Amino acid sequence: MASNAAVPFWRAAGMTYITYSNICANLVRNCLKEPYKTEALSRERVHFSISKWTDGKPEKPTIRSDSPAE
Amino acid sequence: MLRQASRLLAGGPILATRARSFSTDTTFTEAWTKVIPNIDPPKTPLSFIHPRPPTPSSIPSKLTVNFVLPYASELATKEVDMVIVPATTGQMGVLPGHVATIAELKPGVLSVHEGNEVTKYFVSSGFVFIHANSFADIIAVEAVPLDQLDANHVQKGLADFTSKLSSATTDLEKAEAQIGIDVHSALNSALTG
Repeated sequence: MASNAAVPFWRAAGMTYITYSNICANLVRNCLKEPYKTEALSRERVHFSISKWTDGKPEKPTIRSDSPAE
Repeated sequence: MLRQASRLLAGGPILATRARSFSTDTTFTEAWTKVIPNIDPPKTPLSFIHPRPPTPSSIPSKLTVNFVLPYASELATKEVDMVIVPATTGQMGVLPGHVATIAELKPGVLSVHEGNEVTKYFVSSGFVFIHANSFADIIAVEAVPLDQLDANHVQKGLADFTSKLSSATTDLEKAEAQIGIDVHSALNSALTG
């Protein structure tokens, strides 16, 4: 069996399929017309709060809001 | 003997539906009914899943399409005549009776043909699973109708990424620039074609 016949260029550069797919989706979203564009970008916005735990107790959480761009 | 045969035939399909509606673990259901006879045993996810419709012996006249996005279901078991999907191997037309296929999609135009109307979407990437019984599942991360695309943004993006490709140094940057070029040129041909 041939090992890795014709890998796509992004995988050869070390990118995973999910990263590739997300980049494509972001590029398409950036090319939308105005009302749809803000809707799409706000839909994909992610907020999360992270807190490290020490001795079984959480420390003060930090809130991160990742913009959809990687 | 004939009477037994007809009883077996009548019992066959009924048994099949019963096995699907109760949990397939009979020891659990027996133990449950012993302890809590009044409440029905809990249903398992398997009992909610509809079994795949069997492959009919003659080719059906319509293709049933499920087109889903992470945040919405565009088409749910819609019966259409044909869909043309942008597979990595080229535009692929899917008719009823198509051989079972799994295809990866590249950024391009998906068109759904139903009678005389054609609905086009630009798909960013995804997969299409065509089953032997003329069901097609198309999953995409982002799919927009063509009239929601802005031509100016597309041209600008194409120019940006073409210049990024020439100034890129690492493999990763080159790959990202190449992806940008691919997506924007597909968007461009979707808008002009």
